[in-house]
Amino acid sequence: MHDINILKAGEKGVVVDFGNVIDPEVNGCVHRLAHSIATTMHGEVIEVIPTYRSLMVYFDPLQTNREAISDKIRQFLHAGSEADSGGDTATVVSIPVCYGAEFGPDLEFVAEHNGLTPQEVIDIHTSQPYQVYMLGFTPGFPYLGGMSERIAAPRLAQPRVVIPAGSVGIAGSQTGIYPIESPGGWQLIGRTPLRVFNPGSSDPFLFAAGNYLQFTAIDADTFQHIRQQVEAGIYTPVTSTIARGGTASCAR
Amino acid sequence: MCTVIKPGMLTTIQDQGRIGYRAYGMPVSGVMDRYAATMANILAGNDPGAAVLEMTLLGGAFHLPNEAYLAVCGADMEGTLNGRKIKNWSAFYVPANSELVFDYAGKGCRTYLAFYGGISAPPVLGSRSTYTRAAIGGLEGRALQVDDVIEIGNGDAMPFAMRELSHHYLPKYTNEIRVRVILGPQDDMFTEEGRQTLFRGSFAVSPRNDRMGILLEGPTIQHVTGPDIISDALCAGAIQVPGDGHPIIMMADCQTTGGYAKIGFVIGPDLSKLAQAKAGDTITFVECSDAEAVAALEAEKLSYEKAAIG
Repeated sequence: MHDINILKAGEKGVVVDFGNVIDPEVNGCVHRLAHSIATTMHGEVIEVIPTYRSLMVYFDPLQTNREAISDKIRQFLHAGSEADSGGDTATVVSIPVCYGAEFGPDLEFVAEHNGLTPQEVIDIHTSQPYQVYMLGFTPGFPYLGGMSERIAAPRLAQPRVVIPAGSVGIAGSQTGIYPIESPGGWQLIGRTPLRVFNPGSSDPFLFAAGNYLQFTAIDADTFQHIRQQVEAGIYTPVTSTIARGGTASCAR
Repeated sequence: MCTVIKPGMLTTIQDQGRIGYRAYGMPVSGVMDRYAATMANILAGNDPGAAVLEMTLLGGAFHLPNEAYLAVCGADMEGTLNGRKIKNWSAFYVPANSELVFDYAGKGCRTYLAFYGGISAPPVLGSRSTYTRAAIGGLEGRALQVDDVIEIGNGDAMPFAMRELSHHYLPKYTNEIRVRVILGPQDDMFTEEGRQTLFRGSFAVSPRNDRMGILLEGPTIQHVTGPDIISDALCAGAIQVPGDGHPIIMMADCQTTGGYAKIGFVIGPDLSKLAQAKAGDTITFVECSDAEAVAALEAEKLSYEKAAIG
C-alpha cells in the first residue's frame, strides 16, 4: 500500500488520499472507509465522495472540526475493516445490453480494430464484473475498472453530438455507460434498456460507486420487453454480491 | 404566480443546492451568492432555504397578477415596480397586476428575487435548484423563457411593511475582489514560486466565467512536474490549475470530481464575493487558516441572525 495522507480541502473538507494511482486495491480501501464513515458518522459528516484513490469527507465546521473528523478517520484506518465486515462485500448490478446494430454502431469497428469477431468482443465484454471506481463527469456516470485490453479501442476522431442515454461504450481501455443523453467520443458497442439515472424516482441511481457491474447480452426483443417494464416502473434490477477485491487492511 | 415578460440574460430558480448526491456525480448547484440569496429570503419572511430567482448581469421583466411580497438583494439592477424605482436590499409589498422590471447590473453580477412563500417548483433529489446540464430542477431544468409562469408558495401571514437591510450588513461590490484561501490538497504539486504567485499575483476574471467556474487570466502558476492527477473530488471554491498555469475557481454547478491539481480552496463565505465578479474584475488571494475560516462562517451566520431580528 501507499502512504495514506489526510489533506485539507477548504474549511469543510478532508481528503483521505491513498495514493495517486488507479488500482483496484487502493479503490477497495476507499470504499471500505466510505462504508465505515457512512454507517457510523451520520451526525458529524455531511457527505462522503469516493474517487479512484481518495475519499472526500465533507463536514460542517460550525458543528465539528477537522481534528475530530481526522482522528475518527485514523481510528478507522488503524482498525482496518475487521470490525466492519459490511465493507468487505460488494453489490454486483446486472446490466442487460443489446450489442451491435443500431444499439452499438461501433461494435464492428472495435472488433476489426482488435482482430476479433463482434461476438468475441461481446463475450470478452461480458466475461467479468467491472468495479465502479467512482461516479462523476455527469450524474451517474461510472468510471469502471478491469476491462480487457483485448477489446480496447481509440476514441472517435469526431465526437458524436448526441449519444442516447444508456449507451455502452469503450474509450481506450475503459468501458462505461452514458447515464443521460450527451455528446461524447466513445466507441458505442451497445445499449441498456435500464435507466441509469432516473431523477423522478425515489431511487434515482441504478448503481453506486463501490458496486460492480456485470454486463449481460440480450437480443432486441428482450431489450424492448425490459424497456417496457422499466417505463412502467415494474423492473427490478438483478443484483448479487461478491467479495471486494484487495486486502482487508488498508492501513500502514 | 409570476409571468415572465423578459427572462433576462440567465435567470434560474435556485435554492441552497442539492446536497447528498455528490457521490453519484450529481453537482450541488444552488445559488451562486449564498449571502445575497439568504438575506433576500430573510427580508421576504422566508426560510433561508426557500427557492429564489437568480438573475445574471441583465435582469428580467415580470408580471404579477396577484398581490405579493418580495425582496431584492445582490447586484443593483435598477429595478422598477410599475415604473417606480425600488430599493435594492429591501422587501416590499406588490399590489395585484404589477410589473417588475430589471436592467443591467451596475456593480456586481447577480441579483436575487425572493417571493414571500418561496417558489414552488417540484423538488428533484431534494432541491429546487436548476441544473441545466442535466436538465433537472427549477422550471423544466432550464433557464427562464418568455411567457413562463412561476408558481409562488402560499403563506398565511404575508407582510405588508417595507423592510430594509441595515447598512451594517450591506456588502460592497467593487472591481477588486480579495478572497481567502486554505491551501491544499495538492499544493505540494506546485513550486514555491507557484504558491507565491497565487498570493502575490493579481488575476483578472476571464469572459469565460459561468455557474460552473471562473477562469482567471494573468500570471501563471507553476507546477513542479505537471497538472494531472488521478481524478479526485472537488466542490465550489476549489482552485484547479491546468497545464497552462491559469487557475480556475470552481463554482456552484461544478462537477463533483476533477483531474487537475488543486492548489487550494476559496473559503465558503468568500464565494459570495466571487459570485458578484464580472469579466475584467481583479481577484487577489490571501492565505487563510481553519480558525479564520470558521470565524468568517460564524460572522456570516450572526449577520443572518441579526438581520432576521430586524
